[in-house]
Amino acid sequence: MTAMATLEAIPVANDPMLPQAYIVQHVDKETSDTFSITVDPEDGVQHCSFKPGQFSMLWVFGVGELPISISGDPAERGRLVYTVRSVGKATNSLVSRKPGDGIGVRGPFGTGWPLEIARGRDVIVVAGGIGLAPLRPVIYEVLQNREQYGRLVLLYGARSPGDVLYRKELATWARQRETQVLTTVDYGGLSWHGHVGVVTTLFKYARLHPSRSVAMICGPEIMMRFVTRELELQGLKREDIYVSMERNMKCGVGFCGHCQYGPHFICKDGPVFPYERIRPLLDKYEL
Amino acid sequence: METLERIIAEHPFFAGLESYYTGLLTGCASNVRFPAGSYIFKEGEPANHFYLIRSGKVALELFPPHDRPITVETLEQGEVLGWSWLLPPYVWTFHGHATQETRAIALDGKCLRAKCEQNHDLGYEVWKRFAQLMVRRLHATRLQLLDIYAVK
Repeated sequence: MTAMATLEAIPVANDPMLPQAYIVQHVDKETSDTFSITVDPEDGVQHCSFKPGQFSMLWVFGVGELPISISGDPAERGRLVYTVRSVGKATNSLVSRKPGDGIGVRGPFGTGWPLEIARGRDVIVVAGGIGLAPLRPVIYEVLQNREQYGRLVLLYGARSPGDVLYRKELATWARQRETQVLTTVDYGGLSWHGHVGVVTTLFKYARLHPSRSVAMICGPEIMMRFVTRELELQGLKREDIYVSMERNMKCGVGFCGHCQYGPHFICKDGPVFPYERIRPLLDKYEL
Repeated sequence: METLERIIAEHPFFAGLESYYTGLLTGCASNVRFPAGSYIFKEGEPANHFYLIRSGKVALELFPPHDRPITVETLEQGEVLGWSWLLPPYVWTFHGHATQETRAIALDGKCLRAKCEQNHDLGYEVWKRFAQLMVRRLHATRLQLLDIYAVK
């Protein structure tokens, strides 16, 4: 029997319940409804570093608080970037912030992607929709420390060409050595010359070496179920697969129970989990 | 120079097929090339072939009335294009649009159906592979139908 991998949550440096003041630097439109918001600490002190895969609670004063994954570059100490899909009052308000506006930031919270385990191995990143956002820091980390990792394979699925995130970066990443980037959309149009089909259809074009790879997946839960099955079919061991889960995070530190998922708290025990640990719960639709 | 038989034997779709059967398949095969932008087949036309794609890209398109075509899937190197030749009424149900210059091995459906009738072992090998292909594409289509990235 193999030992089941665990990921430890990184302790929060400051009071986890006290929002720190951050100033919006810029808000960039990624798609018709998705924006990246860049914030710096108000006091200019670089007190915030994060691990790829972690999230923050973003406080929009007078509106509410939102759990949002960090999508920026971990090498840019202090600066935080979040990619937000504007779907409701709080997210609309967040992406409507102007440069110079203040927001509150708690965290970062939770476990991160298993980059230590991935060192020296190929990294397979499978993302669906806005699930690319929490995986972007992994891509930055691998590409900036190329000698520490094997091949990088990114398989990315979006709903339509207009929903593809980070288009310019995808093209830049695809040109890097030892990197394969495949993008697909569920619904193509006349102007789209790329692949059409769900993200699992990309596996047949991916050059994978399952025995020396670690896979990291983020997207809608049903997509992750299909992708994990496909990865296993390709020959990846379950213990080499990691998934990022999403629930209604509130406190961020496992006190309130809003994000309870079976025996786990997504905010504290996740959001990144070894697949082996979460697999028995993925098929339980009641959860 | 690569022979047709070797290309068929090395294509992922026919991986593991005994050489006797690849020999039978080769008798129904020909090399084809489609320029970018051309249609390999159109919905409603007789489906007399299927294709082992060697390079390029083919979009399966549906034409809603008075509207632009919808691409439901794209197929590239290593994939198989078409199974309408296998089942009556042997008519294409999509347009096959070469969006890039595409090289393929075309297999004559009538020729292969006759060989499968004569040699049921060959028929079983062919059907087994097409059944797996159909299941894989059915699963993908079901996932596509769920529209998982939409705002709920």
